[in-house]
Amino acid sequence: MENIRHIVTPLDEKNLKTLKAGEEVLLSGIIYTARDQAHLRISEIVKNKMRMPVELEGQMIYYCGPTPAGDKIIGSCGPTTSSRMDRFTPDILSLGVKGMIGKGRRSSGIIEEMRKNKAVYFLAPAGAGAYLADCVESCKIAAFEDLGPEAIYKITVKDFPLVVGIDVLGKDIYKKL
Amino acid sequence: MAREIEADQIEIVVGELCLKANTILREDVLKSLEKCSQKEKNGSISEKMLNILIENADIAKKKSMPLCQDTGMVAVFIEIGEDVKIIDGHVIDSINLGVKNAYEKHFFRKSIVEDPILRNNTGTNTPAVVHTDIVGGDKIKIHLMPKGFGSENKSRIAMLDPTCKKDEIIDFCVETVKKAGPDACPPYVLGIGLGGTMEHCAYLAKKALLRPINEDNPKIHIVEMEKAIKEKANKIELGVMGLGGVSTVLGVNMEEGPTHIAGCPIAVNVSCHALRSASAEI
Repeated sequence: MENIRHIVTPLDEKNLKTLKAGEEVLLSGIIYTARDQAHLRISEIVKNKMRMPVELEGQMIYYCGPTPAGDKIIGSCGPTTSSRMDRFTPDILSLGVKGMIGKGRRSSGIIEEMRKNKAVYFLAPAGAGAYLADCVESCKIAAFEDLGPEAIYKITVKDFPLVVGIDVLGKDIYKKL
Repeated sequence: MAREIEADQIEIVVGELCLKANTILREDVLKSLEKCSQKEKNGSISEKMLNILIENADIAKKKSMPLCQDTGMVAVFIEIGEDVKIIDGHVIDSINLGVKNAYEKHFFRKSIVEDPILRNNTGTNTPAVVHTDIVGGDKIKIHLMPKGFGSENKSRIAMLDPTCKKDEIIDFCVETVKKAGPDACPPYVLGIGLGGTMEHCAYLAKKALLRPINEDNPKIHIVEMEKAIKEKANKIELGVMGLGGVSTVLGVNMEEGPTHIAGCPIAVNVSCHALRSASAEI
């Protein structure tokens, strides 16, 4: 087995600083799913200074809307396109979120916001939902149940394979594109 | 004398196709991924990611789980023979019922909203987008394609000039890949519709994705363009997940049709590497 670094959530500032764009890691611990509609709601909560139904300070957000679990722990659960969340990301970061997992590029404005907030963006293998389901140990609804697949799920992952896409210094793996 | 087919049978077949398409990766696509993995540098991150995709297909098949959490909006191409009489039901209703039951039974994600502004989920993954065609004979042929929207969002259409050079057509397609970048799960498959009217070229583009990617268009001048697009797109070296390497486009399928003297419509329907479809005949 190759020597890939293991990291555990929640990630503290010291750990976050050591992650470099392009580095492969295996993540274990708790992460929270949120995609388009959950982002829209969180953004409204932040703008209206309302109370969040789930504490996200220091946590990691995964852009994912899994298939229903059925008799399994979770259904297929790969990442969705991150750029659609860009418009809400400043509000998400204002809650103290320290990591985001998705697929694809982020806008330059968001990279700057991430640098200011010392947050990291990770890429998960895209289109490998069944493979990633094998890395999930538990899954339960944390908020916005009425949103169905777009609800916030609290999931515990074990050795979830990721690549650092943008690090705390704002270095972007996709910059050359 | 017309051959009678019960509408229920359409419903059953559509359900089976939903399961097959979502859980078993097309043979042509799987083979292409395997070939790409061999071409990538030994020990590279691109090779590793391709192997994850191949393993994903294996897990999905064994566990009867969807290949991707985006189980798509279902496009159905149904060819109905003129000598067929459908009894005890309606074609479109039966298709939608087949989709609804399969998505519920197999725990596929319900991703369809009733209205693009109000965005209320129908909870059934219906309606499907149905294209009907009347053909000769006494059979019904159904092609079903659950299409994820990560890649659907990157599709493009243009009304080019009738005097445009082949290179302009090729460049429009390559530009589409560049614009999609790493966002829509490369390596991509491109379905290209050329000719017809504005909506017809989009229809041809989607239909083109049904053809196995290792099969050529019957017309030589179209094959040449397919090859040129593939070659040029792979030179971008976007690679799997945009991490670099030689696997940017797995296949390019172009379908052409008669068009007007004043135009040359083109649509590029982008598909991710999880190109899913299944077909059956009743």
